[in-house]
Amino acid sequence: MSQLKAKEVLLSPIFNNNPIMLQVLGICSALAVTSKLETVVAMSAALIFVNTFSNMGVSAIRNYIPNSIRIIVQMAIIASLVIVVDQVLKAYAFGISKQLSVFVGLIITNCIVMGRAEAFAMQNPVGLSALDGIGNALGYSVLLVAVGVIRELFGSGKLMGINVLTPITEGGWYQTNGLLLLPPSAFFIIGFLIWALRSWKKDQVEHD
Amino acid sequence: MFEAYASLLIKSIFIENMALAFFLGMCTFLAVSKKVDTAAGLGLSVIAVQAITVPVNNLLYTYVLKEGALSWAGLPEVDLSFLGFISYIGVIAAIVQILEMTLDRYVPSLYNALGIFLPLITVNCAIMAGSLFMVERDYTFGESVVYGFGSGTGWALAIVLIAGIREKQRYSNPPAGLQGLGITFITAGLMAMAFMSFSGIQL
Repeated sequence: MSQLKAKEVLLSPIFNNNPIMLQVLGICSALAVTSKLETVVAMSAALIFVNTFSNMGVSAIRNYIPNSIRIIVQMAIIASLVIVVDQVLKAYAFGISKQLSVFVGLIITNCIVMGRAEAFAMQNPVGLSALDGIGNALGYSVLLVAVGVIRELFGSGKLMGINVLTPITEGGWYQTNGLLLLPPSAFFIIGFLIWALRSWKKDQVEHD
Repeated sequence: MFEAYASLLIKSIFIENMALAFFLGMCTFLAVSKKVDTAAGLGLSVIAVQAITVPVNNLLYTYVLKEGALSWAGLPEVDLSFLGFISYIGVIAAIVQILEMTLDRYVPSLYNALGIFLPLITVNCAIMAGSLFMVERDYTFGESVVYGFGSGTGWALAIVLIAGIREKQRYSNPPAGLQGLGITFITAGLMAMAFMSFSGIQL
């Protein structure tokens, strides 16, 4: 494999082919965990881990998987990895694990992981698949972090739980925007981010 | 008794709407909502699958996975709850497959209408989340039946509504960068806001 191709596999999902904004994959968790940066970071780390190793696992045994049961095999690999993540979070970061609640489990049905296993890892060697897994998970993380920063900074004046814009209720000057902490705002923010990205990269505009 | 179930039903359909309050099943919600007909078909399949899988997973959890659940088999100290995720997804995949084969054999007309959507449902996070919420909130068997049906109905309602809006939107003219996905997100946000007005209703 050439150096160029590996780099492209790793970097193109971040802006050019972002899994959330262009492929419409893995949106559920993107919307639900973004009201705090802390949970975003935990979620992104979990996804990077699961996606990289599931891609590697699927790719390593791709020549032995019978075509008719490949979905079940992929599911089993992904579910086992998610169980590992869930147990580790429960053991070492119980607070975050409680806040993420069902969304750790939902990584199993996160379409990014399934989609990349099916679309990329089934046809490519282990090394490239691992890079593709990292790249796509990074594309997801970049968007999640962006939304998380906007929501936490303007919604409660904090970043990672530390006061940045001190809110009026705590003797500061910043009037918090409670709307940003509510679920609908995540939709608006992602909508506007898509708008911004597509104004920057015109070729992604959809035409009916 | 009956009142508690009715209240849970209303809560799972409107107040804790799977799609608009918890953002579950978003991939399919955004991808398959271009036409009302297909959205309704998918919605129906989700209701059916959800109403079956949540109670089945509830039984599985109560009698096999929960701590001490295996005491009927003489193994009172075994705790298999860490196997939860993989068992639930296995159950869901199996039930979707069985449902597909049953429909194909006995109700071919319905199978032709829903056929293409059924496999999609296995990876719909609303289904998986139904089972996970059921476990997290400790629902009894009766409650899980009501919750499965209610949350499926809520999701179906949301996707049919957004499909209706998107059909009209085809004739409108948003800025180029917002066309397609962007404007759909913003529409879904407005719908989520509308559904928030249900919050706080107690029966």
